[in-house]
Amino acid sequence: MTEVAFFVGAIGAIGGAIAVVAMRNPFYSVLALVVHLVFLAGIFLLLRAQFIAAAQIVVYAGAVMVIYVFVAAYVGGIEEPMFDSSPMLRIVGPILAVALFVEISIAVLGSSLTALGTDGSDKIQGGFGTPEAIGKLMLEDFLIAFEAASLLLLVAAVAAIILAGRKKAQKEAA
Amino acid sequence: MDIEWYLVLSALLFTIGFTGVLIRRNPVVILLCLELMLSAGALAMLAFSRMLGDQDGQVMVLIVLVVAACEVVVGLGIVVAMFRRRLPLDVDDMKELKG
Repeated sequence: MTEVAFFVGAIGAIGGAIAVVAMRNPFYSVLALVVHLVFLAGIFLLLRAQFIAAAQIVVYAGAVMVIYVFVAAYVGGIEEPMFDSSPMLRIVGPILAVALFVEISIAVLGSSLTALGTDGSDKIQGGFGTPEAIGKLMLEDFLIAFEAASLLLLVAAVAAIILAGRKKAQKEAA
Repeated sequence: MDIEWYLVLSALLFTIGFTGVLIRRNPVVILLCLELMLSAGALAMLAFSRMLGDQDGQVMVLIVLVVAACEVVVGLGIVVAMFRRRLPLDVDDMKELKG
């Protein structure tokens, strides 16, 4: 049962990822990324990360993708030819990528991590991955990281307003 | 389901995102590919978190979600600014910052 769910999720996630790279219209790439994120959230559920899966759907596939859709619609669907200038990179890129995949796989599978080959189910206690457990951990052990993240969000929001502000406001400022 | 499957899937998704960053030229699509790479990293962290029975990895994934949101906001802000200034939306044509 777990295997079936994993492979369904994996095929969906890989298909979505390939569609993101292969679609010529950025608008379709955004929609493909939503598909990818939904399937990936399913895999997160298999890893007992219920809260992360829910946050992924709500924050990522919901909110962040809406920003992408708006920007993709605003700048217009520029059809990008797949094979044109800089053909060097188009040949070397995938070769480099395959080399990277092989390298990461060898590094991970060849490492001496003792937990490789297990599914970790013997180490999981009752409340693993629930919002209660994550919230407790985040507000007690990781409070500084939590506050730093909130500060980072504030800075990013201000930066976005400054970067994408109207030209009139920029003239007044200058 | 052994943990290696998740790690190999994570490596594969990271590689696909990496390919996209290399071969695409539209900045919006490059940002999407960065998202792919970040979510592959999140998957690896959740897999390790599961295999160690330690929830710290899940908190790290939440922080990665926040950082990804910030990156999106700033990146798309730059894309909108490029569009407003009638610059071509093509990273190969953005050579002003080249030293």
